[in-house]
Amino acid sequence: MRQYFIQKFYYGDIPEEKSGGSNYEVKADESTWPLWEIFIRSKQGLDHKHVGSLHAADAQMAIENARDVYTRRMEGVSIWAVESKYIIASNPDEAGELYEPAMDKVYRHPTFYDLPDEVKHM
Amino acid sequence: MIQHFEEIFQQKIDKEIKIEPKDWMPDAYRKTNLRQISQHAHSEIVGMLPEGNWITRAPSLKRKAILLAKVQDEAGHGLYLYSAAETLGMSRDEMISDLHSGKAKYSSIFNYPTITWADMGAIGWLVDGAAILNQVMLTRTSYGPYSRALVRICKEESFHQRQGFEILLVLSRGTEEQKAMCQDAINRWWWPSLMMFGPKDSESTNSDQSMKWKIKRKTNDELRQNFVDMIAEQVKILGMHLPDDDLLWNETTKHYDFGAINWEEFWQVVKGNGPCNKQRLEARRKAHEDGQWVREAASAYAEKKRAMEKIKAA
Repeated sequence: MRQYFIQKFYYGDIPEEKSGGSNYEVKADESTWPLWEIFIRSKQGLDHKHVGSLHAADAQMAIENARDVYTRRMEGVSIWAVESKYIIASNPDEAGELYEPAMDKVYRHPTFYDLPDEVKHM
Repeated sequence: MIQHFEEIFQQKIDKEIKIEPKDWMPDAYRKTNLRQISQHAHSEIVGMLPEGNWITRAPSLKRKAILLAKVQDEAGHGLYLYSAAETLGMSRDEMISDLHSGKAKYSSIFNYPTITWADMGAIGWLVDGAAILNQVMLTRTSYGPYSRALVRICKEESFHQRQGFEILLVLSRGTEEQKAMCQDAINRWWWPSLMMFGPKDSESTNSDQSMKWKIKRKTNDELRQNFVDMIAEQVKILGMHLPDDDLLWNETTKHYDFGAINWEEFWQVVKGNGPCNKQRLEARRKAHEDGQWVREAASAYAEKKRAMEKIKAA
């Protein structure tokens, strides 16, 4: 496998080996709060949309944290929180087979049909 | 086989298709993004400290409320970025540990002290101004979660720069002392702000993989030049000047020429020898340690509620 060594020191990308370092011991948190996916309805009549994720000990805290993190500027009127482990996602490696059935059905789109210009509003 | 994957990966990048967490990606792409996004997150969190210093001392209730909102935004930005970094397979705890042990870096600019109220203005105008240029570029970065976090951040960040400039504008129209304070803050923050964009392009010898992978789309020097051109004009409105005798409009390049940056200072601060490195890390560790019982109590409470629900259901 080819190896890349990226040494360009961009803003926000200071290499770790340049660090001053210290002997500070960090105790691992034994009780890591679970991750939640947050969905926000921006106004009545629209869908809830995924906005990101956050950690919270329980559902109520997830909603309250979501309010503080994702709706500080009135971005939402409703919040859904789902613990991330319950999200089932399709596998991108199988995208070809999964979506294949729709690929050859252009007649499902209105643009497939050539109609004379006289036909209006259709 | 891997080479084949890498070709497909690069083709996606070339076609401007974003990379999402479950997609195949080269190890180095994952690592570079992880390092960059987590450092960006740490910068937002540590960046709260120099400003937090002034929340209780802001000159009016209005300024307090604004500063509080701004610092709260930085906390939010840190959270968006930690979430984006977590999608690459590192836990939040590990990232925080790396920050606290000194292994992970954050932007060096936050290792400078905020000694007067005018510093709040200079940080908003110069530091946030520099960060915004970088972040606007990063909204088009190739990694989907990072890009989306940056879009959200940029939307919120524009108020930060404007409020900073306004603080300086008010000072620049004030008493002689206020004017002097304004100029002093600009003098102290100008050079560290230029360093925020990182070392000169010519000092990097390797092929530029980050550009090829479209993690970055502009070089350090390009962004820095954009920044100088923007600030050199804005400073005129304040009636102040930038502390650089070599700063001069260049009619041929249509850009401002500017003086040499003290890179020795930059590396000293990165290595931990800046004015506030120790203080910043200690503040972070203390906050984390003092919050330990709160995190534990919340977990215990959640556990107890779950147990109660089970009994009720039974």
